[in-house]
Amino acid sequence: MSSTQQMRGTTKWALNLNAVLVYLFFYAPIFLLVVYSFSNDNLVGRWGGFTFNWYREFAANDEVQTALSVSIKVAIISTLVSVVLGTLAALALERATFRGQRIFDALLYLPIIIPDVTMAVMMLLFFTQGINLLDSWFGIRLSKGVTTVTLSHIAFSISFVSIVVRARLDGMNQKLEEAAQDLYASRLQAFRYVTLPQIMPGIAGGALLALTLSLDDVVITQFVAGPGSTTLPVYVFGLIRRGVSPLINAVSVVMLAISVSLVLLSLILQRTRSGADAA
Amino acid sequence: MKPNQLLRLLAGLFAISLFAAACGSSGDDTSAGTDSGDAGDSGDSGDSGGACAAGETDGDLAIYNWTEYMDPELKDAFEAEFGVSVTEDNYDSNEAMQPIISAGGSGYDFIVPSDYMVSILIENGDIMELQKDAIPNVGNLLPDFASGLPFDPSGTYSIPYQWGTTGLGVDLSVTGEDVPETWGLVFDADLAAEYGLEGSFATLLNDPRETMGAALKYLGYSLNTTSDAELDEAKAIVADAKSRVAAFDSDQYDELLVTGESSIAHGYSGNFIVQFDEADDPDQYAYFVPQEGGTRWVDNMAVPADAPHPCTAHTFINFLLDAERGAQLTNWNYYASPNAASEEFIDPDVLSDPIVYPTDVSKLEFIEDTGDFEINFSDAFIEAKG
Amino acid sequence: MVSTQAAQAEQTSVESAEQATVEFEAKAIRQASRRGFLMALPAYGYLVLFFAIPLMIVVVYSFATRTSSGGTALSGWNLDAYRKLGEPIVRDILFRSIWIALLTTVLCLIIAYPFSYYLATRSERVRNVLLVFVMIPFWSNFLVRNYAWRVLLGNDGPVSQVTSAIGLGETRILFTPLAVIIGLVYGFLPFMILPLYAAIERIDWRLVEASRDLYASGFESFRRVVLPLSMPGVVAGSILVFVPSLGAYVTPEILGGAKTTLLGSYVVVQFLTARNWPVGASLSFVLMSVMLVTTLIYFRSGGRTL
Repeated sequence: MSSTQQMRGTTKWALNLNAVLVYLFFYAPIFLLVVYSFSNDNLVGRWGGFTFNWYREFAANDEVQTALSVSIKVAIISTLVSVVLGTLAALALERATFRGQRIFDALLYLPIIIPDVTMAVMMLLFFTQGINLLDSWFGIRLSKGVTTVTLSHIAFSISFVSIVVRARLDGMNQKLEEAAQDLYASRLQAFRYVTLPQIMPGIAGGALLALTLSLDDVVITQFVAGPGSTTLPVYVFGLIRRGVSPLINAVSVVMLAISVSLVLLSLILQRTRSGADAA
Repeated sequence: MKPNQLLRLLAGLFAISLFAAACGSSGDDTSAGTDSGDAGDSGDSGDSGGACAAGETDGDLAIYNWTEYMDPELKDAFEAEFGVSVTEDNYDSNEAMQPIISAGGSGYDFIVPSDYMVSILIENGDIMELQKDAIPNVGNLLPDFASGLPFDPSGTYSIPYQWGTTGLGVDLSVTGEDVPETWGLVFDADLAAEYGLEGSFATLLNDPRETMGAALKYLGYSLNTTSDAELDEAKAIVADAKSRVAAFDSDQYDELLVTGESSIAHGYSGNFIVQFDEADDPDQYAYFVPQEGGTRWVDNMAVPADAPHPCTAHTFINFLLDAERGAQLTNWNYYASPNAASEEFIDPDVLSDPIVYPTDVSKLEFIEDTGDFEINFSDAFIEAKG
Repeated sequence: MVSTQAAQAEQTSVESAEQATVEFEAKAIRQASRRGFLMALPAYGYLVLFFAIPLMIVVVYSFATRTSSGGTALSGWNLDAYRKLGEPIVRDILFRSIWIALLTTVLCLIIAYPFSYYLATRSERVRNVLLVFVMIPFWSNFLVRNYAWRVLLGNDGPVSQVTSAIGLGETRILFTPLAVIIGLVYGFLPFMILPLYAAIERIDWRLVEASRDLYASGFESFRRVVLPLSMPGVVAGSILVFVPSLGAYVTPEILGGAKTTLLGSYVVVQFLTARNWPVGASLSFVLMSVMLVTTLIYFRSGGRTL
């Protein structure tokens, strides 16, 4: 008994240590990029004294700001859509059998497997041809832009979301949902009050992945974007040729600050709501 | 699934996608409208192909250009003078730009491809013949740039924007002041050791034509060779140099040099100048094109064949060819100007800098598209890297 | 005669009753099937339109010919692009890439499993906060993070300073295979953590307690209860790490100095530098087919539908 407890102690200790190391690993480059965003030198990696200049430059640079707002817009829309579609797909594949299921199963893996640049090239050709066809058949004149970028991001995000949600669903207890239905809950109610809360961690994980993928994609975006729809990663990619100035660090810090404050806000909201529930 | 079900499904999907696309496009228009006030942008693109008059504009201008290659003040000045709005997007390599333009429907009016890429775009029919009547300032060009360039001999499709060279940047604190100007510093292990270059000290461009080209020049061949035997020799040279190469890098070579990650770097002239100027001691570094010769390149203004607003693009080209504005470009990004009329307005320090304006260009070559042999270049480079 | 007729009639009535039940069940199954199909339909339709149809373009291009100016001629169909994949250089690149992707996956698994276990065993509120803090670094910018690693691992960087301070001498990890592995593990770790966390978090811990009550040691109950129950997460995470790291090219170029070519860079070179779209397309097509078939076979044999 005492030996197992001791074992538990060491395991616990090792788990804690591992967690600390993982967070250190995750935040080491972040720490560096935050520090150098305040460095008064054109080079990241050479400290030139403290300055706010890069943030001033960011505030004065319309191109970066436009790119940032396009990025955020695309990321939010593509995440929302792919989470809904991906979760439905995961539920269908795990909970039902239907004809064409295997083909669907295979189709869902392809966007993960395909090399970036291949998808970029094929989406480029597809959208160009599609826009031409719409124009010549129906006289609808479209152009590449934020819409095509968002459509492409959804196409690769659905798969990532559905894989994470399916990992959650696989082997999960279906009895609860059935029990709820036996108790005259409608199918929708059973889903809303029983299934959804159970798979929520999977959905949240999938959403986080989709958001990250959208905020990081360069190659596909570059190929399907049109005039004025440059996203932040594409803008940064172009800047690198002329030097990774701490301006890019400042932009990254701003993005981090936005996401951290959104997270804090949602946590506070959650807390006040659960407080209200308790009262 | 039965065939008729499948058909119905596909028809339904098609309808949905059309609907979605239509909704999306209206969304795009409104967003463009709030950004720059040009809500009618997508509607007025039907009249391309007609003749343009000098100074004529037929809509807003969409530029697709290298990063930080155009002074933003020039864009503002153009907007103010002609009452159109200018948007600029950037690319980082010819190779990333070309498929987007070649696919068609890119929406761009003005692009800046390099020499060999111009000939590829011409061959694919992706850029239009320029209407010289709309570009009276074309007479400002130096004679060498007005005609006779190998990729577009009569200047029918393109007009030079700026030019420069590819060579070596050296950290003199490692090699000493009187370092020989040769590719041998990278390709000859003994010579490198003689000048204190040890370990993996070099960076080479991650570009098959530039790096294989440097090796070909070192061997005394043309960098546009189509001889397998010569290419094989060059491949052996690059493979041998690999142990001395820290990285194959086309983006950061100048920064790696001044931060001490490398002691010698293969790269483009203008980037080195900007980087050296900002170093603690600018005299610690030197740039030269090795005596065996190297690459000389020209970036050119061109108009995609399906540009929505070709007349605005022509007017913009004419605008940039103005003497003072041409000088403004060079003073801003330290690349050489092909504009003869601009010379009196260029900062004398820049004009007399042999890095920007090399005195002898006889040993320099333009990279030309070698057609099917491009595959051999790319394979040889991959095999040399192992 | 009559009696046999009666017997027959009786038999048919029993049969028809059974048939009714069967029909009822069949109807229920059909309904469930239709429901499943309807739920899958939006994603299905989306992927057919915006992925499968574009993918056909890639398949078609793989049989086309490169023109001398680097365009693609959609005529004179041939298998040349596939023949090129048999060259030894492609094989070397393939093996090297698989090796690096495997190493990345295993390292991610080793790091992420205990970490996800740790996350999943926190209280609900703490858990959510910790999970979000895993993701926050990844909302900065992919390239900026890679360049930050370049500084961290460089000649005079913090890592080198730490090693020389503790007497190991200066270390330069930048532009070595180790730097590539560090970069890949960093980039793909969340892809392992998220599905693992989702799988471990839903484990019914009473099962673990029960196993402990039956005198299983801590390790034994982990091996026999927790690990099998978290297997779907392990598999999903491994796919999400292995597959993209096989195609990765930005990290190997920035942190490895592009000194060896990996599969991802090879595809990029074919599409962009060599402008040889048929080869890029055929390589992608073969790669996708092999990986898809392997994945599906794995799941079928494992009895899982995932």
